[in-house]
Amino acid sequence: MIRNGSQVTYEARSDAMIVHVGGEIDHHNAAMVRTGIDEKITAERPMRVMLELSGVDFMDSSGLGLIMGRYALVKRYGGTLAVLDPSPAVLKIIKLAGLERMVSILRTKKS
Amino acid sequence: MKLSLPSLSVNEGIARSAVAAFCAQLNPTAVEIADIKCAVSEAVTNCIVHAYRDTVGEIGITVKLCEGRFVQIEIRDKGCGIEDVKQAREPLYTTDAEGERSGMGFTVMESFCDGVNVSSRVGRGTTVTLIKRLHK
Repeated sequence: MIRNGSQVTYEARSDAMIVHVGGEIDHHNAAMVRTGIDEKITAERPMRVMLELSGVDFMDSSGLGLIMGRYALVKRYGGTLAVLDPSPAVLKIIKLAGLERMVSILRTKKS
Repeated sequence: MKLSLPSLSVNEGIARSAVAAFCAQLNPTAVEIADIKCAVSEAVTNCIVHAYRDTVGEIGITVKLCEGRFVQIEIRDKGCGIEDVKQAREPLYTTDAEGERSGMGFTVMESFCDGVNVSSRVGRGTTVTLIKRLHK
């Protein structure tokens, strides 16, 4: 089966907004994902945003652009961005770009 | 395997999945398949975003399984071509910052494959050849 889509859901916590992203993040899907997240962040301006990526089963460099862009957006009003539970494949490309020096990578689930 | 697709972003997933499915007959590891899918996705995205920017053209993909468990993947376009291939291959270099491109496409291809060759002529198009060696 060829899957080519992504899903985004939001979870509001007292101290953070958790953005659960699932499916595939490529150039085709990234624009849609980006627009939805930006609308939510711009409306609510949470001080902590966490991109929860455990459900992402494919990500190319478009995903790096997605993370870097959200980092810049949140930083602009003084917030912080973290990435939660990336799969080994997603973590591999994040580390390739050196993004772990810019964004905290957090683990909440046992691998 | 030969495949021809119009340069529409919806075809990115089809391209990488088709190449991965063809390579699966060599029984690669999950990591090798993930590397191939990522590298193909980068090359195909470059065709769509850069080579055929604001137009739709043909993307040709040829995959060969070679002796020694090497996979050769050729991705061709007849788009605008790359003026300076060396510069285009530099990490973080992009001509499309507004589209939130990270400029890591060629770096991903080079890191996830054993060889990457880029042949380009301005106004004629670009061919990217990816070589991936699979473990025995």
